[in-house]
Amino acid sequence: MTDRAVAVVRAGALTTVQDLGRTGHAHLGVPRSGALDPGAARLVNRLVGNPEGAAVLETTVDGCAVRPRCAVTVAVGGAPCSVTVDGRPAAWGTAVRVGPGALLEVGAAVRGLRSYVGFGGGVAVDPVLGSRSTDLLSGLGPAPLAVGVVLPLGEEPSARGAVDSPPWPGPPDELVLRVRLGPRDDWFTGAALQTLATRAYRVSSSSNRIGLRTEGPPLERAVPGELPSEGMVLGAVQVPPDGRPVVFLADHPATGGYPVIAVVREGDLAAAAQAVPGTAVRFVPVR
Amino acid sequence: MRARRVFRVGERALLVELASGTETEAFHAELLRRRAHGALPAVREIVPAARTVLLDGVDAPDLLAGQLREWTIPPLLARVERAIDVPVRYDGPDLAEVAALWGVSVETAVRIHSAAEFRVAFCGFAPGFGYLTGLAEQYQVPRRTTPRTAVPAGSVALAGPYTGVYPRSSPGGWQLIGSTDAVLWDTSREPAALLTPGARVRFVVESR
Repeated sequence: MTDRAVAVVRAGALTTVQDLGRTGHAHLGVPRSGALDPGAARLVNRLVGNPEGAAVLETTVDGCAVRPRCAVTVAVGGAPCSVTVDGRPAAWGTAVRVGPGALLEVGAAVRGLRSYVGFGGGVAVDPVLGSRSTDLLSGLGPAPLAVGVVLPLGEEPSARGAVDSPPWPGPPDELVLRVRLGPRDDWFTGAALQTLATRAYRVSSSSNRIGLRTEGPPLERAVPGELPSEGMVLGAVQVPPDGRPVVFLADHPATGGYPVIAVVREGDLAAAAQAVPGTAVRFVPVR
Repeated sequence: MRARRVFRVGERALLVELASGTETEAFHAELLRRRAHGALPAVREIVPAARTVLLDGVDAPDLLAGQLREWTIPPLLARVERAIDVPVRYDGPDLAEVAALWGVSVETAVRIHSAAEFRVAFCGFAPGFGYLTGLAEQYQVPRRTTPRTAVPAGSVALAGPYTGVYPRSSPGGWQLIGSTDAVLWDTSREPAALLTPGARVRFVVESR
C-alpha cells in the first residue's frame, strides 16, 4: 500500500489532533487551541524530522492505538507511557520506524496525563483557519479520534531530526504556577489575594482542555455584580461564582465574564496540562 | 470624561478599559487604523469586548501601555463603506414578547429593528457570533429567564443593548425575533465571519 495514512484502532479516552494552534482569530470568537504541552509536541516533531508546528496526536490518560498503512517514523513523548509495535516493546521519547500495517500502541500515561504521537510528515487533515487543531470548545478542526477513522499523513521528511536524547522534565508532584496579579485583582478582597498566594489547591477531576479547575478555599470578591465580558488570555486565572480559580488552557473562550485575578506564566502551563487530578497546586505571585 | 485605564495582563498582554461602549468602539477603530498604517507595534490579537479591548502577544507591554494612555482618539465616524444587509424573516417566537416589552405593536417592533443601523461592537460566545449595537437605549430587553437548550442557526436575537445572529445551533438565552438564511460563519471564506468587529450592518425585512 502506498497510501500515506493511519487508521485508528483504539481512540482512548480523548485523543485529538493538535498543532501549535489557531492564533489571530480571537476577535471573531475563535479559541487559540493547540497542544496543551507545546514543548512535547515540538519535540516529537523534531524527533521525526518534522517542522515543529506539524500536527500530532494528543492523548489523554490512557493512550491510543493506530495502524499506519505505510512505513512511517513515529515518536511518542509528553507523558511517559509504554510504546509497542505489534506487541513488541519500542522506545518512548525517540524515533521508531513502524512498518505498513503494524499496530502502534501508545499505553496509559505512567506519569502525567497527555502523551504526544508525532508521525513523519505530520497528520495531514485539512487545516481550518490555518490550524489542524481540534478545538473542543467551538468544534473547529477534526473531531476527536474514533475507532475506524483514517487520518492522512504528509510526505515523510527526507532528513531525520538531530535530537537523540532530549531532556524531558517529568511532571512534578506539586504544580507551582507563577502568576502575575491582575487585571481584576481589585475585584477581590485582600484576604482572597492572601489565600491565593498562600493556600494549597488541588487539581479537580473536572479539568479539561478548556481549563484546569481547582478545589480549595474559595476566593472572596470585594466587588459584587457582573463584569462585562472581556478578552481572555491563555493562563488567565478566572474566578467563577463558586470562588475556585480556573486556569485557562488552550481551548479557553476568547472572551469571558468572570474576573481574572491573575495570569499564569505561559512557561508553567505545560506542567498544568500534565497535572493529574488531586495534584497539589500553589499559585506564586511574581512581578 | 474618565481617563481610559490600561492594565497589564500576564507577561505579554494589555487590557484597555474605556468609559462606554461607544468609546470602546472608537478606541478599537483607532487601533485598527494605526495597525493598517504600520503605526502599531506587532500585536497578535486585538480583541474588542463590551468596555475593553485586549491586546495579546505584545513584545514590550509596559512601553505600549504608556503610549496607549496618551493617545487622542477621534470620535467614531460614520464609515464610508457599505453596510452588510442581513435579510430577516421577523418570525421569531419571542417577537410578540419583545414588542410588548417595548410597548409597541409587532409591526412597529419590526419597523424599529429594521430601520436601525447597527455596528458589530465585538464577537464572542461562539465563532462568528457578533454583538451588534445600534438600537436606542429604551429598546434594551432582558435575557430569557430560562435559556433554550437549542436555538436554531440563523436566529436573530436580542439581549441587553445587543442584537446577535446565532451562527449555528446552540443553547441560548436571547429573545428570538427572527431568522435569516445568511451564512454567518464559513471557514472557507476570508474572513470566516460575516459580521466582524467594526462592520456596519442593516437588517432587511424579507417577505415570505
